[in-house]
Amino acid sequence: MEGLSRHYGPVVALDRLDLTLQPGELVALLGPSGCGKTTTLRLLAGLEDADTGYISVGGKDITRLSAAKRDMGMVFQAYSLFPHMTVRQNVAFGLRLRRVSAAQRDKRAIEMLDLVGLATQADRYPHQISGGQQQRVALARALAIEPQVLLLDEPLSALDAKVRAQLRDQIRRIQLEVGITTLFVTHDQEEALAIADRVGVMREGRLEQLAPPTEVYSRPATAFVAEFVGLSNRLTGEVRGGEVTVRGCTLPLVERDVPDGQVVALVRPEAVTLASHTAPEPGPLVGTVIAVTFLGATSRVTVDLGDTTVLAQLSTSDASALPAGSRVTLTIRPDPVLVSASSEPAAAADEEA
Amino acid sequence: MAAVTSLGETPIAPPARRPRGMQARRRRRLNAFRYVVFTVFGLFFILPLLAMARFSLEGATLGSWSLSGWRQIASYQNTGIPPLLSAIEITLELAVITCVVTLVLLVPTMIWIRLRVQWLARTVEFLCLLPLTIPAIVLVVGLGPIYNRIQHYSLSALMLFWVYVILALPYAYRALAAGLSAIDVTTLAEAARSLGASWFSVIVRVIAPNMWQAILNALLLTAALVLGEFTIAYLLLYTNLQEELYAISRNTPNASVVFSTSTAALLFAFALLLILSYVGRRRRGRG
Repeated sequence: MEGLSRHYGPVVALDRLDLTLQPGELVALLGPSGCGKTTTLRLLAGLEDADTGYISVGGKDITRLSAAKRDMGMVFQAYSLFPHMTVRQNVAFGLRLRRVSAAQRDKRAIEMLDLVGLATQADRYPHQISGGQQQRVALARALAIEPQVLLLDEPLSALDAKVRAQLRDQIRRIQLEVGITTLFVTHDQEEALAIADRVGVMREGRLEQLAPPTEVYSRPATAFVAEFVGLSNRLTGEVRGGEVTVRGCTLPLVERDVPDGQVVALVRPEAVTLASHTAPEPGPLVGTVIAVTFLGATSRVTVDLGDTTVLAQLSTSDASALPAGSRVTLTIRPDPVLVSASSEPAAAADEEA
Repeated sequence: MAAVTSLGETPIAPPARRPRGMQARRRRRLNAFRYVVFTVFGLFFILPLLAMARFSLEGATLGSWSLSGWRQIASYQNTGIPPLLSAIEITLELAVITCVVTLVLLVPTMIWIRLRVQWLARTVEFLCLLPLTIPAIVLVVGLGPIYNRIQHYSLSALMLFWVYVILALPYAYRALAAGLSAIDVTTLAEAARSLGASWFSVIVRVIAPNMWQAILNALLLTAALVLGEFTIAYLLLYTNLQEELYAISRNTPNASVVFSTSTAALLFAFALLLILSYVGRRRRGRG
């Protein structure tokens, strides 16, 4: 995709987007609502027309091709199985349109259903199977036509947490098994980071960063990415000589060329450690635990420093020694941090990062 | 909730009994109300029909029984073929043509509007519902010149289907709109398109089969309208079943014929609609 733009009246949904998918890779587009990720997918599928730009698959220009001729398999957010057809007929529908013989399409439908573990449900109707199963059938249906690209438009968002995690892993397994190039759109960063080869973080119709999940998380390209992917503490500090001083701690900067002055430093909760003190000396990094959120193996501790609150992510065994009301001293690990201008608004990151 | 009671705790049952008792009483009262309403309205509708049927069987003397009113319908004849049979044939053909034209016109149009030109939806709805607000006589006056021209070419009463399609539009539109809003048309169409379906396939293979019940309802309403239509056929000087039954009752000295023809018209329409509905349901059961 090159220079892809889409406007809805005065609203810019997509602003000259460039994106290249390597054969067989899974790219996840991540971003808040209205950032243009679904528009990108719909333009690629041919369900909407781009105002400007160019889309090609395997070197062939498909920009002006209708959705029916693009050879893209798509799984939708809403349940999209045809209610009047059985599971088998649903999966075979695309093959029927391609005039594949009845015996062959039946064989292929069962193969695809086997791949998603639903061969035994072939003769059921969509209303007779669960939501998770319906999305697996939709995946089998999309794969049955052997598309060049698989497009997944938030296929897990209507499912409950447990089914979502199972299906997420299953999608990745099948994608690797089939080796199909896949574009996955989601607003759930956990989903994107867990299964993608590369994650693209989008904002206001532009791609802020496209990189492997570990890089997006540990070396975010912009302050927006740092805030949107994972949680960040916004702590005021001062840049001087290529370093930032935050509450008395000197931390290196990701970008060296930041001009001196007041900034907001983005510090990850896992870079903050806590030490318990019965009567610590007052200081900029001494505060009171006000909440401990149990997350399983780790816990998130909220510390009130008087003028601000700071989140720290600790192992649950360490956090259990710090009940609410404990006086603690913070230490910030000297990892390189990103800074943003103090006036820049925070990204709408999900709490469940 | 009882399942979460832990060991050693006494389940608190009595408070639960009271609301359940109240609920049961409320349900009984509601049921009684339902039966009363059903009976009153049932009598309101059935009594005049029973009276009509009774009068159609009235003999020569008051209070006696006779089938002569019914016999006269079958034996009534002016010249040539029995006009009643010909009127039944014309009415059935009209019903079929009107249903087909209405559905062919409305189903693809409504699906297309829902999928591609939503901004037109309000205008089309207004146009489709407009015939409801126009009295039959106004419609006849408006269509008079056109039908004068049609009659000039001596075309049959089947030409009435044009005006019947207009009359059926509001009912068919409402039935189809209800069916369309019950399914996620956009997602189904997009899913089918991404699998390679043409727009024709989307409408015929994906959307229409999922609104079969709505199509059947539109069909029933349109057929009912045609089977029961009298005013327009009479005013435009065409003969359909209702007009013929009216002619029979008017041209006979036997008063019971008036009632037998009315009852016959009602039974005819009722039987046909019942068959249509049964066939539709069987098809739906199979689908």
